[in-house]
Amino acid sequence: MTDKFKNIKKDFPIFARYPKLVYLDTTATAQKPKCVIDALDEFYTTCNANVHRGIYKLSEIATEAYEKSRKVVAGFIGAKSKKEIIFTRNTTESINIVARSFLPKIIRSNQGTVLISSMEHHSNIIPWQIMKKQLNFNLQVIKLTPEYELDMDDLEAKLKKYNVKLIAITHISNVLGTINPVEKIASLAKKHNCYVLVDGAQAVGHIKIDVSKLGVDFYTFSGHKMMGPLGIGVLWAKEKLLEKMDPFLGGGEMINTVSWQSFTPADIPYKFEAGTPNAAGAYALGKACQYLEKILPYIKEHEENIMKYFIENIFKIKDLTVYGPPLNKKIGIFSFSIDNLHAHDISYILDEQNIAVRAGHHCAMPLHKKIIKKPSTVRASFYIYNTLEDIDKLIKGLQKAVKILK
Amino acid sequence: MSLYTREAIIQHFKNPQNYGQIKNPDIKIKHHNPLCGDEQEWFFVFNKSKEKEKWTVKDVKFTGSGCAISTASASILSEYIKGKTIADIQKIQTSDILNMMDLDNLSSNRIKCANLPLDTIKKAIKNI
Ligand SMILES: Cc1ncc(COP(=O)(O)O)c(C=O)c1O
Repeated sequence: MTDKFKNIKKDFPIFARYPKLVYLDTTATAQKPKCVIDALDEFYTTCNANVHRGIYKLSEIATEAYEKSRKVVAGFIGAKSKKEIIFTRNTTESINIVARSFLPKIIRSNQGTVLISSMEHHSNIIPWQIMKKQLNFNLQVIKLTPEYELDMDDLEAKLKKYNVKLIAITHISNVLGTINPVEKIASLAKKHNCYVLVDGAQAVGHIKIDVSKLGVDFYTFSGHKMMGPLGIGVLWAKEKLLEKMDPFLGGGEMINTVSWQSFTPADIPYKFEAGTPNAAGAYALGKACQYLEKILPYIKEHEENIMKYFIENIFKIKDLTVYGPPLNKKIGIFSFSIDNLHAHDISYILDEQNIAVRAGHHCAMPLHKKIIKKPSTVRASFYIYNTLEDIDKLIKGLQKAVKILK
Repeated sequence: MSLYTREAIIQHFKNPQNYGQIKNPDIKIKHHNPLCGDEQEWFFVFNKSKEKEKWTVKDVKFTGSGCAISTASASILSEYIKGKTIADIQKIQTSDILNMMDLDNLSSNRIKCANLPLDTIKKAIKNI
């Protein structure tokens, strides 16, 4: 099976430019296949005009490319209609839209609770903290089990104890790799009459997502983490909810009529797409979805092999701790530390051997401080273009780091 | 050459000078690097004179866990500023530290590590 992907690295031009590169930071951003890079080029050479604004042919070509991509994205995640796909810059923006435009609709009277989990990225913490200042609600954090999984008992207890209006939770943790049982969470939420937002930044390019089956209300993700270009992301939400929400940014494109004193908003999805959109990015994201569609079943299998090999070998390094759940509960994201060694030093020494890992708190400071109890960890994350050889190199690199630093 | 085979850095990282606390310091300051979450705390005792600029550093110590670069930089700087006047310290630049550490090029992210101690010291003397 891994053999099938022996040549897949060739689809990613970055590895031709840097043949020695061992890229273990897909969690931060994925490398791009040639078809995605070519799509950007193609858009600018064959479609470039402002979308939705011109009557002339070229503008129509641009608009068609943009809208076709919306349809592809909708199909890729199982959305009912392309109207439910809002193009944003990234996950962060998508979550902020929901925080600003939806939360005030359900929390009005200084009452109610928003639930997040202990494994959230700052993008799914801070938007709620900002809104808390305005709406003065209760922000509660679901605990983790000692195995670094979501504590479902704690979730149920909190749903019973508080007047929860919204659960905002990550599908997959960018630090621990934990896959959260989103469907189960959504069915619990339904019982307690609250909404669910999912941060899908780490999930969409790794596991099959079908929003119509998950039972959630909002699903957010970034193009760049699923082989798409930078600067394009998605907010998916049920049509009914999007219609209920007020616009987020005001400007061109998002209106129906405008007078000096007021405006009427455009229909969805345009109501949430103020200003000239990143049409080239959206177009290329569509190509990324089509590429992923073909290989998604194998990504899981490939990642499983890699994870198994990683865990079988990583403890050759003494005094190393891996933070995360059992392999059957996660994807190929591993954060670890080595006693008495600093994550930055390890990552720097690895970089001297062309191995790119992330070192730091990975935008999850509370998780590091309260649960991992280290200010920083080293994170290695794996994707379809990684090989078992990459892991061998990582281990050799770590051995070298230990030798130098201890 | 690997950064981590440089004598100056490895020596100071493995045996940091002036590591510890001072009981009744004239100034105590904590500083935080948001990039890595590292924190250092510094303690200063001065020989005081009329003009603030002419105060000299009588004793200095620091604590905290940091990467090799920030720890070595702290160790080297703590030695360097002993006996120096406030005016001298104000003049220290990032390039001076890199020289003292025998580093010519460092990525911009790592320069932040090297600079953490200097930033802290400068912040401390500003508060006098
Ligand atoms: C779980 C998770 N949520 C949100 C984000 C934010 O993504 P972006 O920076 O693309 O908005 C990331 C990426 O770092 C992530 O891993």
